[in-house]
Amino acid sequence: MAERAAPVLEVKGLRTIFRTRGGEVHAVNDVSFHLNRGEVLGVVGESGSGKSVTMMSLIGLLPAPPAENRGGEVLLGGRDLLKLDTRALQEVRGARVGFVFQDPMTSLNPVFTLGDQLMEPLRKHMGMDRTAAANRAVELLELVGIPDARRRLKAYPHQFSGGMRQRVMIAIALACDPDVLIADEPTTALDVTIQAQILELVKELRHKLGMAIIWITHDLGVIAGIADRVLVMYGGQVVEQAPVRELFANPQHPYTRALLRTIPAISGPREGRLKVIQGQPPILMAPPAACPFRARCDYRHDRCDRENPLRRAVDGRPVGQGHDVACHWTAPAPVAEVIHA
Amino acid sequence: MLTYTLRRLLVAIPTLLLISLVIFLLVDLAPGSPASEIPLTVPAEVKAKMIEAMGINEPVHIRYLLWLKQFFWTEPLYAIDAAFGTDFADNAPRIISYSSKVPVIDYIAERLPQTLIVIGSAYVIAILIALPIGIYSAYRQYSWFDQIGTFVSMVGYSVPTFFTGLLAIIVFTSWLGWFPSIYNTSLRVVDWASFKQQVTQMFLPVAVLALFNAAELSRYTRSSMLENLSQDYARTARAKGMSERTVVLKHVLRNSLIPVITVITLGMPAIFAGAIVTEQVFKINGIGAALIGAIHVNDLPVVQTIAFITAILIVLFNLVADILYGILDPRIRYD
Ligand SMILES: Nc1ncnc2c1ncn2[C@@H]1O[C@H](COP(=O)(O)OP(=O)(O)OP(=O)(O)O)[C@@H](O)[C@H]1O
Ligand SMILES: [Mg+2]
Repeated sequence: MAERAAPVLEVKGLRTIFRTRGGEVHAVNDVSFHLNRGEVLGVVGESGSGKSVTMMSLIGLLPAPPAENRGGEVLLGGRDLLKLDTRALQEVRGARVGFVFQDPMTSLNPVFTLGDQLMEPLRKHMGMDRTAAANRAVELLELVGIPDARRRLKAYPHQFSGGMRQRVMIAIALACDPDVLIADEPTTALDVTIQAQILELVKELRHKLGMAIIWITHDLGVIAGIADRVLVMYGGQVVEQAPVRELFANPQHPYTRALLRTIPAISGPREGRLKVIQGQPPILMAPPAACPFRARCDYRHDRCDRENPLRRAVDGRPVGQGHDVACHWTAPAPVAEVIHA
Repeated sequence: MLTYTLRRLLVAIPTLLLISLVIFLLVDLAPGSPASEIPLTVPAEVKAKMIEAMGINEPVHIRYLLWLKQFFWTEPLYAIDAAFGTDFADNAPRIISYSSKVPVIDYIAERLPQTLIVIGSAYVIAILIALPIGIYSAYRQYSWFDQIGTFVSMVGYSVPTFFTGLLAIIVFTSWLGWFPSIYNTSLRVVDWASFKQQVTQMFLPVAVLALFNAAELSRYTRSSMLENLSQDYARTARAKGMSERTVVLKHVLRNSLIPVITVITLGMPAIFAGAIVTEQVFKINGIGAALIGAIHVNDLPVVQTIAFITAILIVLFNLVADILYGILDPRIRYD
């Protein structure tokens, strides 16, 4: 299997904090994961669980201050990105790692043409001249399904719809043939049909170009459709990690199971209202010394208050390679027990 | 862009006409006949010509049209004649200043350059100081540089120019004697020595005005930059691997300049008003001094004309602001 080959990206023990007036916010706590060549890694978790902050930390995209890295390694092509200076990091961003953000309406610069914004990374990273960059830009726009591309180079973002702008964002992220594409909720701001189109586009591009993708979303339905493997995040840590089928078939963490119950069932009897998880994700003012989910967990016991669970293998394979979970329960409580109105 | 500009231009014309009507009526309807204010020292035939030019015995709408004709027909003809030695104007009657007895436009044309030179250089210097300071303060928000900048501009902006002006005169002219105490309006720059003299006498008023305007402008620039630095597109530019220089000076600055340029252009007429004060303080014989003088001696044509020129400036700079806005912001241009 692909797991045997060296991963494109490997993150080990990443920690990121924010210095705020109220003290330090520990947003990323000891996050480790890897990304294999050509793989789509889905990242799920509620709002505030640290998905964006984790991914932005990888390539130094967080404003510092207030953000500050507190350790870990981010290995890409044999180099630790956390140790690179600004210049070297700039050569990685947009070239080796492409980023697509959530809101296509604000992510493009309103006063420059799409062509200009698309050609910028080409000229910087690939050293192309104007003509070469323009030709490549046309190619890219066609690749992401924008018709009449040559003429569109002169258009401004406001002349495009949200879906079209997101296509342009994807074209920008893919401009320099990156090894890794990080898509941070790229479809959340779009309506459902456009969402489906963008998903199709990315699936198609993935097969055409073969890059590895990190796809952040709230939507487990999207994960089921696109991801090979899933990372579930909570309180700035990875609470469960598994191949996508395994995760849906055999969720271990109470949080994952709660998330799965929030998906509306399309077939079968409706059990009344959609279930929501009660409470809010925590804002951690200190490194977690106990399980971050304990306040909302139906299976809380005294060990959860004393000790933050480490990730442990569920299926016998090493942590990160197969299915693993960060929960003190070794045998998950039967699902039936959890259902309550 | 062309249709956009033409549309703005078409809006400007009725605006200007309306303002001219208001200014005309305000002065015209003031108690007493305009003619009665003509001093007795004015020779009878000059007075007759003035009455003809202003149509004093005609009904009010004719007088208004005659007044407009002065501005947009007679005076331009005289200007062309003066420039090319032609004779289009054909001795048409002109509006004469009551007090100085020369045509109002000539009188103003003589005063205006002093004002323009002082205000113009002050404003240019203010912009050159304010933009870099504003940009850097925003980029390094809460740094020492930013905090000192904030303090200095708060002080600079809240202390009026007549105070800083007087203070500067007391310190640099009276105590230290670095600058002349009299502003020589008739000085012509012909060689290095007269140039130096001009720079020396301009230094204090320009510095006072420039600092005041720079204080305000740097604040505007800073807050506009701050707003844009945290925008998503700035993050996109960084994610593309652009250097900080490109992110800040291309992506963010270009967006931040849109409101700043508007403030700069719209502020230009207002600093003329500010210059009136500065001219009094530094005894510069410019347009502000002319206006104050004219008001004192009831020189209605001069007051009317300066008021109208100010109005033209306001409308003109509004137009310039609109056009610059269109150039900088494609969303406006393509609506
Ligand atoms: N600039 C900041 N200053 C302080 N804390 C921050 C800052 N940015 C993020 N955080 C904290 O980091 C935590 C994780 O935020 P993050 O944006 O990564 O969540 P997310 O999982 O991406 O959520 P969403 O689904 O809403 O995008 C949050 O609890 C938030 O309070
Ligand atoms: Mg996010």
